Amino acid sequence: MGRFTPGKKKGLPAISTASLPDIVFLLLIFFMVTTTIREATVNVRIAPPSASEAQKLEKKGMTSYIYIGPPINARLGTESRIQLNDRFATLGDIRDFVIAEREARDEVDRPFITTSLKVDKSTRMGIVTDVKQELRQIGAFKINYSSRREVKHTR
Amino acid sequence: MARKGRPIPEVNASSTADIAFLLLCFFLMASNMNTDSGIFRRLPPPMDPTQKPPEIKERNIFTILVNKNDRLLVEGREGDIGTLKDQAKEFLSNPSDDINLPEKRVEFISALGDYPISKGVISLKNDRGTSYEMYIKVQNELTKAINELRDELSRERFGIAFTNLNDTTYINAIQKAVPVSISEAEPENIGGKQ
Repeated sequence: MGRFTPGKKKGLPAISTASLPDIVFLLLIFFMVTTTIREATVNVRIAPPSASEAQKLEKKGMTSYIYIGPPINARLGTESRIQLNDRFATLGDIRDFVIAEREARDEVDRPFITTSLKVDKSTRMGIVTDVKQELRQIGAFKINYSSRREVKHTR
Repeated sequence: MARKGRPIPEVNASSTADIAFLLLCFFLMASNMNTDSGIFRRLPPPMDPTQKPPEIKERNIFTILVNKNDRLLVEGREGDIGTLKDQAKEFLSNPSDDINLPEKRVEFISALGDYPISKGVISLKNDRGTSYEMYIKVQNELTKAINELRDELSRERFGIAFTNLNDTTYINAIQKAVPVSISEAEPENIGGKQ
């Protein structure tokens, strides 16, 4: 039942999108606060074991990571392998890796570097023990067995 | 010196949303939600081959062996993961001063006074074929035993749970009174290479 109005045509008023950036920025800030930047592309599959006594890893910058698990790419086999930074590595590479990690940090922070071992739960201990022996030799004594925090049961 | 009568044109803000979305997408891609957690341990310094390892009395050692089938041998008997924590607790605390359980060394600790520190050492030995999951389970039970002992001592002396202590002298005192005495044996290859 339109009425014919001479002169100016009236359409629907445009929805104001002025608050849209605010909403998006809020989301952005939320994600920035709750997440951490991924430190490496993981080439090995890691399903961490769960442990009720696991403690939160403070001081992210003071942590270097060693990944051990079966490769994601099935063509590389099912045997667990070591990954340092973005590449597969062998036991012999750990020494250089730890030294590089030390060099990357301030002298005052060096004694506090923790090596986090992110190991798949199906991995056999042999390779983990070898890595630990290697870390002992270089003097990277502070280690952390990465594990998911499990809800405490009351027995 | 804006001339009067002419309105300032509004800045077009419609692209701010796009920029923010772009940033949002970047952070969504580059980040992961789960925070890291794990069990902390301190590795012993490398062994000196010329030096003989210190002799430890049999009563002061609590041996745990884990074989390649993830079965436990605790103090020479087949063990179970469910009872391991209580066994470890009893060993480390030795509440009734049993002669088969570890000796204690009385030492002065600030904030606690003279406290009998257990000389007990838990010796954990695993096979190369042991699964990492089982190893973490055992480590977890041992950590739980130590944490509970610390908690009990803290409640008894300071009336507050160990995790809720804020004063570093108290925390250090408890840590000294109940040390993390887990020793891992040099690896052995029993079950064949896996």
